[in-house]
Amino acid sequence: MEVTKVINATRDFKVGEVETHALRGVNLSVENGEFTALVGPSGSGKTTLLQLIGLLDQPTTGNVLINGKDVTNLNRNQRADLRRGSIGFIFQFFALIPTLTAYENVEMPLLLNGMKAPERKARADEMLAAVGLTDRADHRPDQLSGGQQQRVSVARALAIRPSLILADEPTANLDTENGKQVMELMQRLNQETGTTFVFATHDPRVIKFANRVVTLRDGLIVENGNGKA
Amino acid sequence: MNQLFKMAFRNLGRNRRRTLLSALAVSLGMALLLLIAGVLHGEMDGAMKNTILLSSGDLQVRNAAYNEEKMSLDWKDLIASPDAVVEQIKALPQVTAATPRLLASGILTLGENSRGVQVIGIDPASAANQVFRQGILSGEFLTADDRDGILIGKPLADKFHLNTGDQVSLLVNTSNGDTDEQLFTVRGVYSTNTSSYDENTVFMPLAKAQVITGAQDHASLIFVLLQNKEQADGVAAAIQSPGFQVLTWSKMNEIIVQTEQFANSFMVLFYLIVLGITATVVTNTLVMAVFERTREIGVLTAIGMKARQVLAQFMTEAGLIATGGVVGGLILGLIVVGIFNHYGFYVGNYGLSGMLISDRIYANLQTSDATRLVIITYAITLLASLYPAIMASRLEPVEALHAQ
Repeated sequence: MEVTKVINATRDFKVGEVETHALRGVNLSVENGEFTALVGPSGSGKTTLLQLIGLLDQPTTGNVLINGKDVTNLNRNQRADLRRGSIGFIFQFFALIPTLTAYENVEMPLLLNGMKAPERKARADEMLAAVGLTDRADHRPDQLSGGQQQRVSVARALAIRPSLILADEPTANLDTENGKQVMELMQRLNQETGTTFVFATHDPRVIKFANRVVTLRDGLIVENGNGKA
Repeated sequence: MNQLFKMAFRNLGRNRRRTLLSALAVSLGMALLLLIAGVLHGEMDGAMKNTILLSSGDLQVRNAAYNEEKMSLDWKDLIASPDAVVEQIKALPQVTAATPRLLASGILTLGENSRGVQVIGIDPASAANQVFRQGILSGEFLTADDRDGILIGKPLADKFHLNTGDQVSLLVNTSNGDTDEQLFTVRGVYSTNTSSYDENTVFMPLAKAQVITGAQDHASLIFVLLQNKEQADGVAAAIQSPGFQVLTWSKMNEIIVQTEQFANSFMVLFYLIVLGITATVVTNTLVMAVFERTREIGVLTAIGMKARQVLAQFMTEAGLIATGGVVGGLILGLIVVGIFNHYGFYVGNYGLSGMLISDRIYANLQTSDATRLVIITYAITLLASLYPAIMASRLEPVEALHAQ
């Protein structure tokens, strides 16, 4: 089953008089359980495509489907609802809330989903255990290493048990060892939970973890791995 | 809800100095307004009480033809045989004092110094004149049969370098339109702590005043004090009779009532100016917080936080600043008002026409004023926070995530 499908999507940005065509007509389908890498040089459109799939942005033309439903024209609140229930995010810059502990960061999407306290605690504990940070639950982000912060991000993304996790350059700010650990963690969770992962990267060491590699260049998919275009 | 407050509290703690300065701005603004409201009410309330006690009384009964401006001594304008009317008024249960007074204009002269004064003939035994008896600084109070004694206020005594026992010439208008002049002995020097009154008012016994002015058995007015000034309208209606005019304190002191109304209107403008300044500080603090946390807002909206939840987050932070500021302002304001209520502050000879203001003003904060200020401060602080809160809630996640 397709978790997400992008149909002939374009995305144009206009800054002053200059118009940039970040995506020029992209078609992509991601099946449930895939571990897919979007690769390509800077400016190829990887992040823009992830943002369209993640409903953070809307295509200029074309359509985006999530779990078979066309979500292209949802309003801001509807997109927020859908993200909150079915999409997890892992960002390049860790993106934890600095005033919250590791536990509270993981708990945040569960709170936004209105989950009751006992269930929330059990889930947050479970996710921190899954990323090996139970003993760091009460630490704030500035008390954690970069690798630990990114693992908390992974736990936060997984907490709502989404059908799709999108990761934008998840290892870009990590050293080799920590980057490897995060990728292994994501791969293990993909295999154990069946959660679909789509991540953007241009790091060859990360690309090798992917089951499928989709290559973008100048806003177009030039190589579509073994998936469906 | 708990999480909202927890996050708001921690967010404010990120830059404690800035948060404290914002709350302090609210506190100082509010404390200042509490003090001003207290002083204004103290001044107006004091002026009204002073004017009633010294000049107008709660009620005055006059001959229907009497003109206060002319201070007429013509018999047809005066109350003949006032004692009978006084006794009738005293019989009313609301009345605490009723006494006849004779008013004349005069000129006090000593050597080459002279000054125009108001001469008031009083019944020294009346409780209505207790305020002057208590205000005797040197010498003694008048007696009803004193034929050449007068009381003068301290500013007048200082100006003429007069002491108790000194003699001074006093010229007064008379009923037949002439003047009469006589040497009087300063029997006592008094102070009501109201310089504008004390430097212009000379007292003598009513009987002597009636003789020197030729008013004989007449009085200018009957001065009445009540248990409660709010009873004035009822009592006035009860003693109204043909040939007399009965005036209440509110009618006689319209200038004070109008001045207070004007001052209250002006205060609203002043509230808005002061609170506008504090609101700007709060707005600035929150706008800076929005800029600093733009990426964080992007993350929160990316994981599903809705615009109204972002708005609620910032409004909660504003609410905490407002609460801290209001509580601090209330404590600080009450302390300052308490100090000025106890010690007052000296304004000197500040009397306006028709409005007797004491030389020292005491702050007197009303609960209603304090309550109104708490509500207004809270509302304006929250209102000032709306702009940054709305700004934060309207951030597009994709743009917010790319903020530096």
